[in-house]
Amino acid sequence: MDQWKNFSKGFIKDNPVFVLLLGLCPTLAVTSSAINGLGMGLATTFVLVCSNMVVSLIKNLIPDKVRIPSFIVIIASFVTIVELIMEGFAPTLFEALGIFIPLIVVNCIVLGRAEGFASKQSFISSLIDGLGMGLGFAFALTLLGAVREALGNGSIFGYKFIEGDAILVFILSPGGFIVLGYLIALLNRIKKTT
Amino acid sequence: MEYIIIIISAIFVSNIVLAQFLGICPFLGVSGKVSTSVGMSGAVLFVMTIATIVTWLIETYILEPFGITFLQTISFILVIASLVQMVEIILKKISPPLYQALGIFLPLITTNCAVLGVALLTVSRGYNLMEGVVFAVASALGFGLAMLLFAGIREHLDLMDVPKGMRGVPIALVTAGILALAFMGFIGLV
Repeated sequence: MDQWKNFSKGFIKDNPVFVLLLGLCPTLAVTSSAINGLGMGLATTFVLVCSNMVVSLIKNLIPDKVRIPSFIVIIASFVTIVELIMEGFAPTLFEALGIFIPLIVVNCIVLGRAEGFASKQSFISSLIDGLGMGLGFAFALTLLGAVREALGNGSIFGYKFIEGDAILVFILSPGGFIVLGYLIALLNRIKKTT
Repeated sequence: MEYIIIIISAIFVSNIVLAQFLGICPFLGVSGKVSTSVGMSGAVLFVMTIATIVTWLIETYILEPFGITFLQTISFILVIASLVQMVEIILKKISPPLYQALGIFLPLITTNCAVLGVALLTVSRGYNLMEGVVFAVASALGFGLAMLLFAGIREHLDLMDVPKGMRGVPIALVTAGILALAFMGFIGLV
C-alpha cells in the first residue's frame, strides 16, 4: 500500500511539472510534438530510476560533505549512457531533443529526488519513487506535447486529423509557455472541485 | 561583423530564455522583484563567461586530443559546479561588496541549465575562444534583458485582479508566452 502511494504520487498529487514546477526547461523546449515529449520523458525516467537506485545503495558510503558532487557524478554517468544509446538506436529523436539530453544532468527533479528521497530511503522505495516520478514527468510532457501538436500542427503522434494549416504559434516557443500556463490553471481548478 | 551577428542573435533573435528555454527555473523563481532579478543576472553574466572559457579550453586541449569527448557532460558539470564554489570563495576575499550583491545567487547557478547549455552550445557550434566569450556575454545579457522585462511586468501583475485559478504561476507563464511572442518579432533581423 505504501509502495503504491510512492508510485502514484508522481502522476497528479506531486506531479513534477504541474505541481512541483521542476524541470521546466526540457518541459517547454522539447514538447513541440507528443512523441518528442514522450522520448524526453522516458529518457529522464531511465536516469531517475538508475540514479535513485545507485544513490540509495551507496548512501552510507558517501561522506555527507561531498554528497551533492557525488550525486551529480552518478547522474551524469547515466545521462552519458542515455546519450550514447539514443545516438545509436534513435538518431532522429536524438537530433530533435538535441542539447536537452545532456541537460538532463541539471534537471532539478533528478537531483531533487536523489537528495530528498533516495539518500534517506530503502532500495525498493527509491526504485519505485524514481519510476513513479519519472513516469509522471513523462505523462506531463506527453500531455503538453499532444496539446501543442494538436493545436499547432493538427496532428497527434504524427497522425494528422486536420488538413492544411493549424495555429503554428503553439509549436513555437510562445505556445509552450501559454499552454503550460493554462494546463496548470486547469489542474488547479480540477483539484479544487474534487 | 561576425561578432555583431552573434551578439544580436543571442540577445534578441534566439533569446536564451524566451526562444531556447534555458534557465527557466531562475526566470520564474527569482523574477518577483526587479532588484533580485538584477542581482541574479549579474551573477549569471559572471559565471557564464568564466564557465564558457574554462569548458572551451577543456574541450579543445583535453577532451579532443585524447578522443574522450563522451566525457563532455560529466566533466563540464563538475567543472561548472567547482567553478561556482571557487568564484564564491575568491569573490568573498577580493570584493566583499560584489559578494554581498551576488552572494546568495551563486549557489543557485550550478543547477541553472543556461550555464551548462551555453557551454555545450559554444562547443557544438564550433566557435573559437573569442566568439565563445562574445556568445556567452551576449547570452547572459539576453537572460538579463528577459529577466528585467519579466520582473517589471510581474511587479505590476501583483496589483491586478487576476482570476483565482490563474493566480501565481499560470498567469506568469502566460505572460512569459506573450513576452516570447513579442521577441519573435526580432526574427529576420539577422
